[in-house]
Amino acid sequence: MALDKNQIAKRIAQEVNDGYYVNLGIGIPTLVANYVRTDISVEFQSENGVLGMGPFPFEGEEDADIINAGKQTITTLPGASFFDSAFSFGMIRAQKVDLTILGAMEVSENGDIANWKIPGKMVKGMGGAMDLVASAENIIVAMMHVNKAGESKILKKCTLPLTGVGCVKKVVTELAVLEITPKGFKLLERAPGVLVEDIIKATEADLIIEGDIPEMKID
Amino acid sequence: MISRKVNNVQEALEGIQDGQTIMLGGFGLCGIPENSIAELVRKNVTNLTCISNNAGVDNFGLGLLLQKRQIKKMISSYVGENAEFERQMLSGELDVELTPQGTLAEKCRAAQAGIPAFFTPAGFGTEVAEGKETREFNGKMHVMELAYKADFSIVKAWKGDEAGNLIFKGTARNFNACMAGAAKITIAEVEELVPAGTLNPNEIHIPGIMVNRIFQGEKFEKRIEQRTVRQRS
Repeated sequence: MALDKNQIAKRIAQEVNDGYYVNLGIGIPTLVANYVRTDISVEFQSENGVLGMGPFPFEGEEDADIINAGKQTITTLPGASFFDSAFSFGMIRAQKVDLTILGAMEVSENGDIANWKIPGKMVKGMGGAMDLVASAENIIVAMMHVNKAGESKILKKCTLPLTGVGCVKKVVTELAVLEITPKGFKLLERAPGVLVEDIIKATEADLIIEGDIPEMKID
Repeated sequence: MISRKVNNVQEALEGIQDGQTIMLGGFGLCGIPENSIAELVRKNVTNLTCISNNAGVDNFGLGLLLQKRQIKKMISSYVGENAEFERQMLSGELDVELTPQGTLAEKCRAAQAGIPAFFTPAGFGTEVAEGKETREFNGKMHVMELAYKADFSIVKAWKGDEAGNLIFKGTARNFNACMAGAAKITIAEVEELVPAGTLNPNEIHIPGIMVNRIFQGEKFEKRIEQRTVRQRS
């Protein structure tokens, strides 16, 4: 069975280690916060200018002055801090943030990512994504394996305008966990019940497949 | 004490003319200078180039200026929440320069700090870097970006005093803190304007030297763009 969005988030949450400062993008990445182990210390950064983000506020306690980069009302946890946007991207460029999780429209086998523009159709802008992918050392992409038209988003070469080059380290989709190696995409894990052949079929890029591919462990 | 206080929004925005470049603080609708935007609409200045991370929503924030076609060019990082914006951009009526958010913030900060240009890795290998100088530092490619040059910077703070000192609240600090002092003239609208000596100097985020005119906004609607809540269990 292919994973749903929450299960993708659950799998990615396993990549979050004790002591990590983590930046979460909009969409599936935001859900990751819900599944991080509770016995470790993790702080979430949002690039508009907050570190130590907590859950959404209780109804009636929303504060227009406290939002995340998705413009959602949030709360802060003990130890949190606010800062301006230039300072925020300073800590991103200086690689103080340990892990960046974001969505994508396309990822290529050399680690290029495209997620900000479909020429002539959709131009929302790159927001902070270009800064994040250019500087972060550890980038995981959370996305669906194929687009709405059924075309693979895991490609030999991106077709859309790029957000960053050679930066993605890992991709988690509803079908598979893929690592980007100097030789291309390596299949690490498959979703429970999904066959390696199904993943090959849904992937335009070549896959490096070594030995038996284990199933993802998602409880 | 050098007073930076003006009496109202009209006085604060005096001298803003058609065709000028204006920085406006805020992220989404958080921390936008609402009173000044309303006055820009009333003054009907046109052909503006606006530097602002976002472009408001259809009926609030910079969306109000877009509706009246007062903006010729928008410099932003993300413009997804505004249908009228998208229409004007795709039809070519509006000139848009999309800039990575951290680069946008740093181009403001550079202007504020008197630095003409800087190198950043953001956008290297993408269309953002086209036509720009690139250079390798420590084995990594970077793109040269220039400081902004703006006529006015309009920021919003939580508290301010007559000397122009500013304190922000929460994530409303965003671009407001890096735009203060980044243009020829900086205007600050604050929720609460107090006499000099009232604010603790240790707690000032932006010193008054960066602010030319400060006034207390008449009313702040402080709209929420994405109201997200959790249920009490």
